[in-house]
Amino acid sequence: MIAQRPSLSLLGTTALLFEAPGEMNLNSQQRIWALAHEAQAWPEIREAVPGMNNLMLTFLRPPRGLGALEALEARLRDAWDAAVALPREGRVVELPVVYGGAGGPHMADVVAHTGLSIEQIVELHSAPLYPVYALGSHPGYCYLGGMDARIATPRRKVPVLSIPGGAVSIGGAQTGVSASAGPSGWNTIGSTSMSFFDPAQNPPAALQPGDMIRFRVEGIVR
Amino acid sequence: MIEVLSSAALATVQDLGRTGSLRWGVGTSGAMDNLALAAGNLLLGNALGAAAIEVPVFPFKVRFGEDCAFALTGADCAARLDDQPLLPWWVHQARAGQVLTLGLPQGGAQRGSRAMLCLAGGVDVPEVLGSRSTQLRGAFGGHEGRALRRGDVLRAAGAGAACKTGFGLVPPALALPLQQGGVPAVRVLPAAEYMGFEPASRAAFWAGEWKITSQSDRYGYRLEGEALRPIAPMELRSHGIVPGVIQVPHSGQPIIQMRDAQPSGGYPKFGTVIEADMWRLGQAPIGSRVRFIETNWEEAVAALDEVRAWLDKVARMVELHRGAPAARR
Repeated sequence: MIAQRPSLSLLGTTALLFEAPGEMNLNSQQRIWALAHEAQAWPEIREAVPGMNNLMLTFLRPPRGLGALEALEARLRDAWDAAVALPREGRVVELPVVYGGAGGPHMADVVAHTGLSIEQIVELHSAPLYPVYALGSHPGYCYLGGMDARIATPRRKVPVLSIPGGAVSIGGAQTGVSASAGPSGWNTIGSTSMSFFDPAQNPPAALQPGDMIRFRVEGIVR
Repeated sequence: MIEVLSSAALATVQDLGRTGSLRWGVGTSGAMDNLALAAGNLLLGNALGAAAIEVPVFPFKVRFGEDCAFALTGADCAARLDDQPLLPWWVHQARAGQVLTLGLPQGGAQRGSRAMLCLAGGVDVPEVLGSRSTQLRGAFGGHEGRALRRGDVLRAAGAGAACKTGFGLVPPALALPLQQGGVPAVRVLPAAEYMGFEPASRAAFWAGEWKITSQSDRYGYRLEGEALRPIAPMELRSHGIVPGVIQVPHSGQPIIQMRDAQPSGGYPKFGTVIEADMWRLGQAPIGSRVRFIETNWEEAVAALDEVRAWLDKVARMVELHRGAPAARR
């Protein structure tokens, strides 16, 4: 079901989550970037963190009392209504990917769920130029927009305790590349090698929202 | 400086966490028991958020290479300095060459699971992105971005300095107890997908006891209890999350995000353990049971005030013991 109005919810006393209404798309994401830019300057906000067509605001101090919280929520809704898409023309980065095999242990699950062949999945996955919508999950990780809905596959019933860095994976209607080894609930279909994060750099992440990724098929392992 | 003598599995350098880098995908990390860290630092006259060593696996042994005041907080681990038994939640003085040993947490059902070893001046490791906490996933921060190992040498920023020792305090587990039906409890604010779960599952969540399974660590606690059933499957867009968020994957067994949690996720969110109670979970041992108490915004904010008031009280008590301002470092 697609929401018609923005949804606001609490993450304990630590943060507020704003979710944009409607289908996920780049225009909404550009409005999320604009909203993040504005909310970052509000006095009670520590950090405005864009997600996929949503925005988390962590509190410097949680608003005192329900009245103050509701006032912040109203301000956020108004700012969303007024937000104009903030386009960003970023860099295009090409990543060579080996699909399937040991580097893509869950390809069979995507095949089973979608009913497509490995070749069809690879073709659909490597066709788009994916805009980086947001960073999250772990240092340097990019959430990408624009995956073909035909290869959408639900997140795994039980998260995997560790997938390696460079894992190319599908979670629901999204795709992305892990920047380092760690737990994940997504389906890994391939692997690439790229360094996405260096804490000594400013900014520390190699890619920013607005940059673009293209997956080049380096090989397919059946 | 101090040298790690035991294998020190999973012991890490932590402060109060790394804020402000969530937009780069960097989670906060930080002490699982932030109250133990803050109180230990207050006892030593350190800054509240100075870095300390969090110890989750025992025995843990270090040798002091020079005179150094230290505070032990968190789990009561039958600590000894050479052969001398040490009180928990207390400031001690080590002399060069002495060996500190932390044994298994004691206290029966009330036992904690993580000891904090706070050192005079704090553990002196470089600040990375504004914090000294170990970022295990990103392999930076703390001591070389990893858990400690035998042979590692750490420096205390205030070693050798005069520091008032020989006093302590009543731990927060006694000063701020919280139980439900005789079981340790934490308060939870319902989150976005709460109403998307079956009414029976919502009732079971509050009524039941939840076992903290062996697949639990600084990233998250995987719980075991009556499976939580959504009314209809929910597949969400990835969004920011924080430590304390209770996610429910398709299996129905909830996972509480802990301090090393990812800064974003996509599983349905049942609720969030309030920040004021995260230290309680941080001390809950694997295999123990926990219960959840439903709370609201105003109670949750008041609970933060309660924690701050306790720390203020500790600070005043420490002031009295540390004596006149002139005697302070």
